Amino acid sequence: MSDYKSPETRILPEITDESRAFWTGGERGELLIYKCLDCQGLIHPPAPACYHCQSINVAPRPVSGRATVAAKTINVHSFNPAMPSPFSVAIVELEEDASTRLTTNVIGCPPESVHIGMKVQVEFEHYEDVWVPVFRPVAS
Amino acid sequence: MSGDLQGRAVITGIGQSQTGRRLGRTGFELTIEACKKAIADAGLSVEDIDGVASYPGPGLGATGMSGASTTQLHAALGIKAKWYLGASEVAGQLGPLMEACMAVSLGFANHVVCFRSVWESTAQGSGGFGGSFRGSYRASGFMEWTAPYGAISAANWIAMLCDAYMHRNGMTREQLAMIALNARRNAGLNPAGIYRDPLTLDDYMSARIISTPFCLFDCDIPADGAIAIIVSRRDASNGLPRTPINVEAFGGGLYERFTWDQRADLTTMAAHDAAASMWENTKIKPTDVDVAELYDGFSYLTVQWIEALGFCPQGEVGKFIEGGGRISLEGQLPVNTHGGQLSAGRLHGYGFIHEACTQLWREGGERQAKKDVNVAVAAAGGGPIAGCILLSI
Ligand SMILES: [Zn+2]
Repeated sequence: MSDYKSPETRILPEITDESRAFWTGGERGELLIYKCLDCQGLIHPPAPACYHCQSINVAPRPVSGRATVAAKTINVHSFNPAMPSPFSVAIVELEEDASTRLTTNVIGCPPESVHIGMKVQVEFEHYEDVWVPVFRPVAS
Repeated sequence: MSGDLQGRAVITGIGQSQTGRRLGRTGFELTIEACKKAIADAGLSVEDIDGVASYPGPGLGATGMSGASTTQLHAALGIKAKWYLGASEVAGQLGPLMEACMAVSLGFANHVVCFRSVWESTAQGSGGFGGSFRGSYRASGFMEWTAPYGAISAANWIAMLCDAYMHRNGMTREQLAMIALNARRNAGLNPAGIYRDPLTLDDYMSARIISTPFCLFDCDIPADGAIAIIVSRRDASNGLPRTPINVEAFGGGLYERFTWDQRADLTTMAAHDAAASMWENTKIKPTDVDVAELYDGFSYLTVQWIEALGFCPQGEVGKFIEGGGRISLEGQLPVNTHGGQLSAGRLHGYGFIHEACTQLWREGGERQAKKDVNVAVAAAGGGPIAGCILLSI
């Protein structure tokens, strides 16, 4: 669907020192995920220590932005009128490490077409000082 | 055994306040009502109480999620506490009660009043849940990772995990429905139930969807109410009117990071860790359990607890609950005999332990399980929040 329009408003995150890279990397088109510079493991949500090896030598690094849907729901109830229902919410696994996942929206397709195993690619929606990473299906 | 209580912690009394929708009473009032009832039920007076424990402490901000903190109740009743605790960074809603069991076992207190109170129904009636996200609000904590995507309700987070479970294990909505139908049937037999009219599979399948696969009846209902449980040192319980209920074991394991979406296996939850750690602390086996009171903030959480506690093999809960017979009052494992939170209101975990005690004392009336009840389990929590307690009489 090329007629997808991003929602007029989203609830925005309170950006922290640790999450700044994630929420602003989109300005340069980069999905930045914390990485352990000792064991190369990915860490999300970002944290000051690596849960794989206990190192505190961690920093945000770009990933490909390619991912696979691991779980999904269609939000139907209007919990927050600012974001019109229905819309897709999904947990996606990063291509670099399937155990590192993002909760996100799959956009640009009917919510009922989102399925487990679907290949998706990141893009960013800009609000104020935040670039929200969302995912669009990869044309097969 | 690693965490042996040696029968030193017992439950001697329980109390529940008026419970319902939009009672228009303060959470504070309901808390005092429940605590006074529980103290009297145990045959004690306020002067005998020397410990206080509650969830969630002062830290959980959402409107109506706490009617009174530990120190507020402590002040209101003038308790001379030798030990007290109010916390949310514990093994789920039942965590403070587990801590109380440890405190009495080690002799730090004789009688601890443990409580949980909510007044979400009244609070939300005056513009609660949706209202907190307006204007310049920015999402922090776990919400930082979900709210920007419109996933502001636990319904969304848990629906996705349920979806993953259904996808892997083939559980159907018709099977999942049995959690809600069973709860409604039992609430109909419980004078304190909130929704007591019969619910059919047709009603369920045609109900409006909240967040796929969850419909309205998969989600519990905000309520006003409070529950208090008296945890006593066994040696201090001699001469009290009730047969003491033995706290056989509890578990609050958390083996992975505290998140909703990063667990290595998305089809399990911290419930699996809590249950595993509980079974390490007892010789009792899952097959010895007579009734199971299992958190149902969302129907799928009961599914998780059934599997986590080992009542059926991993991935096979759909078949286990199919038709609802096994989990009914007449079945091999009666579940949520009071109606759960789905039909008796979101008392946020404490309704389950209250009902486990009621069943062990055989005071369930029309909703009493049809079998002899000697062992009961109560469990609370979902996602990374989990704690479970094994009781016997
Ligand atoms: Zn590392």
